[in-house]
Amino acid sequence: MSEFPGATMRADPDRVDLDVVAGFVAPGARVLDVGCGDGELLLRLETEKGVDGRGIELSQKGVNEAVGRGLSVVQGDADHDLATYPDQSFDFAILSQTLQATHNPRTVLENLLRIGRKAIVSFPNFGHWRIRAKLLLNGRMPITENLPYRWYNTPNIHFCTIYDFLALTEETGAGIEAAVALYGRGRALSERAPWPVWNIIGEQAVFVLSKR
Amino acid sequence: MSAIDHTVNATAELRRAETQSPSSRVALFEADQPLALDGGASLASFQIAYQTYGTLNAEKSNAVLVCHALTGDQHVANIHPITGKGGWWSLMVGPGRPIDTDRFFVICTNVLGGCMGTTGPASFDPASGEPYALSFPVVTIRDMVRAQAMLVDRLGIDTLFAVVGGSMGGMQVLQWAASYPERVFAAVPIATAARHSSQNIAFHEVGRQAIMADPDWSGGNYLALGRTPRKGLAVARMAAHITYLSDEALHRKFGRNLQDRLAITFGFDADFQIESYLRHQGMTFVDRFDANSYLYMTRAMDYFDLAADYDGTLANAFRGTKTRFCVMSFTSDWLFPTSENRTIVHALNAAGANVSFVEVETDKGHDSFLLEEPEMFATISGFIAGAARRRGL
Repeated sequence: MSEFPGATMRADPDRVDLDVVAGFVAPGARVLDVGCGDGELLLRLETEKGVDGRGIELSQKGVNEAVGRGLSVVQGDADHDLATYPDQSFDFAILSQTLQATHNPRTVLENLLRIGRKAIVSFPNFGHWRIRAKLLLNGRMPITENLPYRWYNTPNIHFCTIYDFLALTEETGAGIEAAVALYGRGRALSERAPWPVWNIIGEQAVFVLSKR
Repeated sequence: MSAIDHTVNATAELRRAETQSPSSRVALFEADQPLALDGGASLASFQIAYQTYGTLNAEKSNAVLVCHALTGDQHVANIHPITGKGGWWSLMVGPGRPIDTDRFFVICTNVLGGCMGTTGPASFDPASGEPYALSFPVVTIRDMVRAQAMLVDRLGIDTLFAVVGGSMGGMQVLQWAASYPERVFAAVPIATAARHSSQNIAFHEVGRQAIMADPDWSGGNYLALGRTPRKGLAVARMAAHITYLSDEALHRKFGRNLQDRLAITFGFDADFQIESYLRHQGMTFVDRFDANSYLYMTRAMDYFDLAADYDGTLANAFRGTKTRFCVMSFTSDWLFPTSENRTIVHALNAAGANVSFVEVETDKGHDSFLLEEPEMFATISGFIAGAARRRGL
């Protein structure tokens, strides 16, 4: 199991998935980042890879910061605003750490696959052993470093495990082009590790999908 | 005649002088360059009054066109020649401001049909030697933009770096982007709509009826008869002014406070501060604005429906555009609510356009775009800085 390149250099080790996501994006591509926050990933992709980037972000603060950085970002959310984008209008439609906060993850995923030639989705794995252990031993909704909210104030209303996500890709007819599971401080699990190992060791997963 | 009446007349006279020979710059267009209007008529000769700020660079690539709203004019960032007040958008336009006149060459025109020097119903018809009044053809937002494009041509500018405006100014921005996509590098439509809503047409109709119900309006011929429909125009302004604010802002500013009295008077004087405020807004407005011009401006907005020119699909208006857009709305704006602005954003998305959109949280209503709104300035500064980098400015 190798350390993912560049991963340990990040100021925010919780968002190491962004390094992985960025690694999958081809130079010069047209990119839509759904839930782009203050535009950190978009800015990086524009600077490092010369992509033509657009973003969607819910918070006014995030949008203002992103637009202030010269990025093209629309205030909106994945549930309501993806429908207005035409088919195959982006090379990559990215949804990082946002799927679990959407009202209708299946529709969101279908829209991503429709809008982008490829969809890149990263999400926290609720099947991770530490979460399972906390639920089993404490009998209460788990609070972890990655998922620091209580059950009543969490924006994350639709948690899933890697297994659940794999099932959703089946149901939506999405093909898996690449996948990475991250554990510890941004280490990537071996690609040869079987799904059960991913589902119990992986803290976050990043999938590159396309419509089959 | 009291001193107040005398001042009022002097102000009105000053305005009438500005209508004919404005103190700003003027571009004259003679019969060799007639302006064909959407209504079918044509203006054989007309003039555009405009202001400029800053310096046009050698490449002529740093020009920003600012478009004014219903009752605005070309004096965006200088002392107003009639009211003596600062420019209507001096918070946005000026040295070191978001639209920085140290960097950009800013142009602002009085729109076609206006009363501050660009040809409109208060101007003299060269054919008759009388004010046009209602013989002036009804103009549209697209006509206004056509006239602006002729001025931009005359200034030798091929591509505008940006076109910026709020409300009716935002409609002009959208029309510019649709009519001349290759001439607009960046577009900033603020607190606006791609079509005027039924409710907004209704408000305008109330205003127009107030003006036309004033006996001094005289079938529109008040100028020739030496009259002014002061009461009608004031009521129109009072009604409109309410729509520019918000319940919350009015309550915060005035509440149910009484005006210079300790108790209600059981009469119809301005007991409440809000009444006094509105009356003041109405009365000061009539001195600086022409009643017929108000009819024409409101009509132009009513007729605006950008999608109608593109098979009813707004996205078609922006198909293939390379313009960078920054759309903005305000949470408490119920005249041009966020939903209208989001409709523009969705159409731009559908057209694959490059668009940013921010809804600014404020309780100040539609007028927010003219006021001190730090979030608005920060966003527009950032957007303009990003666009300028890409334009090589």
